[in-house]
Amino acid sequence: MAKATNDAQLLIQSLRKAYAATPTNLKIIDLYVVYAVLTALIQVVYMALVGSFPFNSFLAGILSCVGTAVLAVCLRIQVNKDNKEFKDLPPERAFADFVLCNLVLHLVIMNFMG
Amino acid sequence: MAKQLKVHVFLVLICGSVLLSNGSVIRPISDAHRSAATELFVPSHDGSFGSLEETYEALRTFQVLGVERSGDKTEGICKTVSEKLSLPDSTTKDIFHALKIKGILGCSTELVDFDGITSRLQYVINDASSLLELYYSLGGLLSIKEQGQNVILSDVHATFQAIKALSQSDGTWRYDTNSPGSSTFAAGIALEALASVVSLAGSDIDQSKIAVVKKDINKLFDRIKRYDDGTLYFDEKNVDPDQYKGPLGTSASVVSGVSALAAVSSEKLNIGGEKISGLAKFFLSIGVPGTTKDFFYQINSLASLESNRVSIPLILSLPATVLSLTSKDQLKAEVTTVFGSPSPPLTVSLLKVLTPDSKEVTHFEKKELEYDQENRIHFLDISNIDVGKYSLIFEVSMNDPELAENYATGGQISVTTFLTGNVKIDKAEIAISDSDASSESVKKLDLSKDSMVSLSANHLQKMRLSLQLKTPLGKSFKPHQLIVKLQHESKVEHLFVPDMSSKQYNLVLNFLGLVEKFYYLSGRYNIELAIGDAVMENSLLWSLGSIELDLPEAPEKAPKPRAQPVDPLSRFGPKEEISHIFRSPEKRPPQELSLGFMGLTLLPLLAFLIGLLRIGVNFKGFPSSAVPASFAVLFHGGIGAVLLLYVLFWLKLDLFTTLKALGFLGVFLLFVGHRTLSYLASTSAKQKTA
Repeated sequence: MAKATNDAQLLIQSLRKAYAATPTNLKIIDLYVVYAVLTALIQVVYMALVGSFPFNSFLAGILSCVGTAVLAVCLRIQVNKDNKEFKDLPPERAFADFVLCNLVLHLVIMNFMG
Repeated sequence: MAKQLKVHVFLVLICGSVLLSNGSVIRPISDAHRSAATELFVPSHDGSFGSLEETYEALRTFQVLGVERSGDKTEGICKTVSEKLSLPDSTTKDIFHALKIKGILGCSTELVDFDGITSRLQYVINDASSLLELYYSLGGLLSIKEQGQNVILSDVHATFQAIKALSQSDGTWRYDTNSPGSSTFAAGIALEALASVVSLAGSDIDQSKIAVVKKDINKLFDRIKRYDDGTLYFDEKNVDPDQYKGPLGTSASVVSGVSALAAVSSEKLNIGGEKISGLAKFFLSIGVPGTTKDFFYQINSLASLESNRVSIPLILSLPATVLSLTSKDQLKAEVTTVFGSPSPPLTVSLLKVLTPDSKEVTHFEKKELEYDQENRIHFLDISNIDVGKYSLIFEVSMNDPELAENYATGGQISVTTFLTGNVKIDKAEIAISDSDASSESVKKLDLSKDSMVSLSANHLQKMRLSLQLKTPLGKSFKPHQLIVKLQHESKVEHLFVPDMSSKQYNLVLNFLGLVEKFYYLSGRYNIELAIGDAVMENSLLWSLGSIELDLPEAPEKAPKPRAQPVDPLSRFGPKEEISHIFRSPEKRPPQELSLGFMGLTLLPLLAFLIGLLRIGVNFKGFPSSAVPASFAVLFHGGIGAVLLLYVLFWLKLDLFTTLKALGFLGVFLLFVGHRTLSYLASTSAKQKTA
């Protein structure tokens, strides 16, 4: 049993080390994703507490968090230099896409929220 | 249904008292006419009653009726009249009416140029070929002569011939030489014009000419029309829609013409008192007219008849045509002129009393009515006549035989009267007997007592109701309505009519045969007896009592009673009010909780910012040189503006405004973003290669 916990600790430490090696811009994106998901979780907790009365507002909130997280993940994929598939895509272009998609998403969210 | 029957019974009584046979009730002109005239002829603000013609008609009606009008603005009317008379282009019709008004009101004659008008009218007379022009101008000249001026008609013979030339062979006249159609109305006008010629001519005229006109008058009177009750009137043979004045206008015109001619002719016209009387009855039978024109026609014609030289009509009228034997009414009759003025001494006799099927009441002999000097009424005691509807035939004769020629009394006059009284119900009884008529249980019914009988019968028995009805004089009476009603508790009702046999009414209900008619409904039936007649003063709906009927069970295919009428108010009346229950609002969480969680949502943002700092975010990549820097600033500013727009959209804007703004911002952002990002891309590419 002690070995299991030891193994877990070793695993976490190695993951941490590996993660520290990732470039800063990817870390920023990861942090952003975490932020979005946390916000979504808090909203779900709130809904669990008080009920889903303005359901459209709840959905709008959740979907904005989830949507922006998804877009951030896409940006991460495209910007990551280790990804062979998007080698020729300039990261600025990916960022421009990210900004545009976010703007469209937030327009829809604002409309849906009511 | 009971209520309806009761109402129906009383309506029959009311209708009976107002019921008119083939003639209308004729009464002389009374104060009702005077007050109606005051209401109908309403002057406008300047005192006149409309056009000159209408003003003349109003003033003439008031003059004849003797209506004193203190509120009239006679000065205003006189002024209008003087103006019209001095205008050079007034029509002859206006001049005619203006001069007539002057005559009635007695306006001052200072400012009127009578010579000028006279010469103008004379010119029209010499020139005219139209009947109306001749009529108006001759009438005008006559009015001038009557107001004291000296007027001489230039060519009497020619004028007379001009009018006479337009006459037709059947007594009618044409309006002018060109128009082919002739009318009776024009005949009246022509006769009046001829009368004007005669009175203007003075002693110059040849009476033989008038004799020729007499023939025309006779032919005209041959075409007189008649109603059944002796009323006579004139009407057109060919109706010209523009010119048709109706029987009242046509008769009025003829009466005016004939009486004007009779006034100036030295011999008497042979028209006959009967015709005068008939015409007078026609004008009176209109009652109180509804329009000003009809009023004028009626009153003017009656005035002509009253003062005519042929014979003055006298009218017999009954102040009351429904006489009650219970209150011992006497038959009263009045004989007056058409305007209600007293007549010379005369006797009224009641010749015959006729029942509705024109049979004479046998025991009645000719009676003279007694005369009450004070009230000027002829009266008779009629207590020996039984109740019923009768036509009374009267005859009027003058006490002084020499006056008989001067007055038209109308021959035999028929007036419909009702004699009402209380009808007694005698020997009313109701009985239940077995079908073999072996035993009978008889109950006597008495109207004066308030008792209700209570019977019971089964379907094998019979019910008999019998009664006798007697008039006040003891004879047996046959009412218009005698109905027995049986009404079940469930409001289903059945009506029966008793048969009459030798003075007694009998109704026998054999329940065996009526079981199906009664829809096999057993139970309590209320019995009601309804007796009604126009001459019965005590028509009644008598609730006799009830009968408990025991009928067999209904077989399967028995007819069901008709659905009873639903009280309309219950079905169509207002329904109870529905109060709308609004959806109760959803329970909202307490505000503190919501605000708390809002704060909680912002925590991850804080965590994100702190995390960014921890990672070591820097602004090194921000372009340093001016132009790209400004673009970069604009880029970020643009994104911020879009987000701000979204906030505004959520707060108060609508989608369309937002989309419009977004369009502009988006284009701007694209441009700026492209510049910034391409600059960044080029710098990073340089870094890579460098």
